Formats: sequence, C-alpha cells, structure tokens
Amino acid sequence: MEKDQLILGIETSCDETAAAVIKNGTEILSNAVASQIESHKRFGGVVPEIASRHHVEQMTIVLEEALTQAGITYEDIDAIAVTEGPGLVGALLIGVNAAKAIAFAHNIPLVGVHHIAGHIYANRLVTELKFPSLSLVVSGGHTELVLMEAHGEFTVIGETRDDAAGEAYDKVARTLNLPYPGGPHIDRLAHEGTPGLNLPRAWLEGTYDFSFSGLKSAVINTLHNAEQRGEKIEPAVLAASFQESVIDVLVTKTLRAAKAYHVRQVMLAGGVAANKGLRAALSGAFEEFTDVELVIPPLYLCTDNAAMIGAAGSMLFQKGKRSSLALNGNPGLDIEQSFN
Amino acid sequence: MKVLAIDTSNFALGIALAEKDNVIGEYITNLKKNHSLRVMPAIETLLRDCDTKPSDLEKIVVARGPGSYTGVRIGVTIAKTLAWTLKIPLTGISSLESLAANGRYFNGLVSPLFDARRGQIYTGLYEHKGNSLETVLEDTNILASDWAKRLKGYDRPVLFIGSDVALHNEALQGMLSDLAFFAPTALYNPRPGELALLGMDKPEEEIHHFVPNYVRMAEAEAKWLEQQGR
Ligand SMILES: [Zn+2]
Repeated sequence: MEKDQLILGIETSCDETAAAVIKNGTEILSNAVASQIESHKRFGGVVPEIASRHHVEQMTIVLEEALTQAGITYEDIDAIAVTEGPGLVGALLIGVNAAKAIAFAHNIPLVGVHHIAGHIYANRLVTELKFPSLSLVVSGGHTELVLMEAHGEFTVIGETRDDAAGEAYDKVARTLNLPYPGGPHIDRLAHEGTPGLNLPRAWLEGTYDFSFSGLKSAVINTLHNAEQRGEKIEPAVLAASFQESVIDVLVTKTLRAAKAYHVRQVMLAGGVAANKGLRAALSGAFEEFTDVELVIPPLYLCTDNAAMIGAAGSMLFQKGKRSSLALNGNPGLDIEQSFN
Repeated sequence: MKVLAIDTSNFALGIALAEKDNVIGEYITNLKKNHSLRVMPAIETLLRDCDTKPSDLEKIVVARGPGSYTGVRIGVTIAKTLAWTLKIPLTGISSLESLAANGRYFNGLVSPLFDARRGQIYTGLYEHKGNSLETVLEDTNILASDWAKRLKGYDRPVLFIGSDVALHNEALQGMLSDLAFFAPTALYNPRPGELALLGMDKPEEEIHHFVPNYVRMAEAEAKWLEQQGR
C-alpha cells in the first residue's frame, strides 16, 4: 500500500489567518481559521495594515491548532503549501514567511499556491475533478470563468473588466447603509423582496467577460433619482433587483461556456459562492443539463480557508512543483503562469 | 547556547549566529532589496557556512521594532515560527537598542534613530555603563525638534547613530550644538551579532502572543479612535 500524502496548507492573503492538513489531496484532517471580520467591521472594509498585524498575532496559534487537530508531527508532512498570491501583499508575506520558516526548520518541500487555484481545488474536497472542468470563480476580488483540461492547467476564458462581483455587492451594500461585509446582507434582503426594478445587464456579447460597474452606478442613480422625487425605494426590492441582475449574467455565461467547451463538470468557487441566490439559480439552470456535474462546495470551503490551499498544493506537489526559500508574496500573480 | 539573531526591521538585513559571548557568523547587507525574499536564504547560507543545523539552535533573538512595519513583521514572523516549530525560546530586543550597542565606547548618552517621516523619528535614549547597555528613555515616536529639546535638558554629550541621522542633522545640532555627536557611517548598520548577545540572557517571550513593537498605532485605527472621541 502506498503511503498517504499529507500537506500542510497555509493561507493569509486577506483577512483570514488559516492553516489546514490535507490527506491525499482530497481529505480534510484539520481546518483552522481565525477570522478578522469583527476587527475590520468598524472600518467598513479590510484595512491592509490591520490585517497584517492580526496575521502576525494569529499565525503560530492557527498552525498549532491545525497540527494538533490533525494529530500529526512534522515527520508526517510531505510538503507545505502556501498562498503566494494574489492578495494583500503585507498579508501574504506573513503566511509565506511562516511557511518558509517551517520548511527550513524541518527540511520539508515548499509549494507556492495561487489563491484562485485554491478556491477551485476546494471542490476536490467534495468530489474528484472531471475534465474538461469549468469553474465560476466569484469573490471580493475576482469574477472569472476558468477552464481546466487537466490538473494544474488553468485557462481563464472570461474575467471582469472592472469590478469583481463581490466588490459590486459591497458597494451596493454601503449605498444601502448595510454593515460590512455587505454580501450576505444583500443576499438576505433579496430574499425578502421581489425584483421589481429594471436594472441593466452587461452581456459583452461574443466574450465570456463580465462587467459590474454599470450595474453598480445604475443602482446608485436609481436610489438618488427616487430620493430627488421624494419617493422611497424598498431596500429589499433594490437588493432583489440587483442580485437578480448579477446572478442572471453569471449563470447565463456559465451555462453558455459549459456548452461551448463541452465540459463534464461545473464548479463554483470563491467567497460569493456562499450566496444562496447564486447557488439556487445555478442549481436550477443545470438541473436539466444532466451530462454536466454541478459541484457547489459547502459554505466553509467557499470563504477563504487553508484546506483549499492544501488541496491545490497537493496536486501541484504531485506534479513536481517546488518553491525555494526565496519564495515571495506576489499580489499580482497570474493563475495561468502560477505553475512555475 | 547557540543563538540565531534576525533583524529586518529597517533597511539593513542582519543575521547572526552566536554561542556564549562569541559571534560565530554574521551576515549584513545594506541594500534596497526585498527582505521577504532574502531572509530565509540568508539564514540558510549562514547556518550552512557555520556547520549548524536548524535543530542545533537553542534560542532565537529578533529585533522587534520600531522600524518599517512590513520589515519588522517579516523578521518577527520568521522568528516566532522558528522558535515555535523548533520548540526553543524566543527573545525580542528593541531595534533601537541593538543599534545603540554600536555606540559602546562613547562617553555620554546614545540616541539611535530611524526616520519616521514628516519630521518625526523613532528613537530612544541609552547609556553604556561598563558592560551593560541601559535604557535612559523608552523608545518613542517624536518630532526630531522636540526630541532635541528633551535631550538639551540632560546637558550631556549625545551620540546620534543611524543612516537616517543626516535627515535630522539640522534639528539636532541646532538645539544641542557642541553636545551633539554623529557616529561615522561605518556604524550605521545595526549589528546582528550585538543583537544576539543582547538577547542571549534576556527572559524569553510567550511565543504565540509575541508581536512587533510598532510604537505607532495603525493609521486607520488612530483615525477611528479620534472619531469615537468626538
Ligand atoms: Zn478568496
């Protein structure tokens, strides 16, 4: 029998300090996350300097929790996988340097992981990947469609030309005076209202690209104009209309790409994948499309975590990727180039 | 006791390996290059040259600030993680105290300093008494002109050390005139060997809760507190 492969994953690209142990790329032995959301709430968004300070406070605590929960020692670890980018540079540096210190101290191989590759591989903790596979990645910083023909081979076939979907959610939430982070509040409100407002959808025909800045401006203008006329728009109606517009574009484009590329699997990835409206709409759209498997990971694997970094790192390690002790945080890392 | 010392709190990158009162190896660069990229390779090279394995280390000493926020965090993160994962003690030393050690033979007070922008400096006041380096005034973040005024009250010679001293030369010399002394450039870089010796016998920190000494609050936090006060 072959020996199990154990990967220690580390993630600090934004406001979660996380460490996890993954077995054979598919099984979670531990998954520790220290969230900073409470600390950033008062600022209405993530403050990079504060995030970096919290990562230093939490890093070894979270690492110890992950190792203790998994019940393993350093001799058992085959590789350390760490998010090298993209993300907040000061935040990335904490995970990267902690990973390098452990790798050096115990002579363990090190593997740098692209954050979005991590979000995509969170799905492998649910079910095995089937190629060609299409991922809809939606988060605060990303909105893209990523096609994979094989493990580790990522092709971005569509991406946002301006705001990420999560960013648009946060801005609309701020306009409605909803607390940070706004996404879940819009999602909740949207379920309380019916989408009565006619808001624009940017189709960008002939491409799989997205654009949300026009929609965001339309929401702000609609509110503003109503105010000028002395009318009041129900926040729930606005939230429902906004959410319908975002989801309509996301789901339609995903479905179109899935057909065009004859994929066997469609996976949802990124923090916005926690959105109930999006999950429901995607499930509905793929219901009659039975030759494609739709994978939607559980909520705790959609938000930032280190289990997903361990899962992606496991695959990269297997494919021979090794990073040196000169590994650095790279806030602009490109997923298509991330293998080397 | 084999001690690894790490200082990335400012422009210079310093790594040292020391045992008892003997500095075995020291690596210093004063380059505009990325600390995050270079610290671990520097540690690896130094230990290899000194025939020392990570598991031979018995203590980690780190310069905990003040300095560049990002720089201090890189050193502290590596130091914390190494100490925790190797199960050895960790000691934090003021980055300014480490620099003050360069003024060992000066007969008077020593004021190491780093520029903190907008006329401000990070500094503290130290004095060498026999073999020990004593703190006269705690590390602080202050306008160079205000600091010069405070020092004038001591009516004693003061040695200023650090590569940013030239930026504040006027404010300091203007106030202290012939009581102000300026260290030669060869003493500008803090020596990690001094850092190792300073930390060798100092008490150990609680590793998980060890954090940099930023001296200053994060800007967003300071603003937020100010708004709460209104
Ligand atoms: Zn993410």
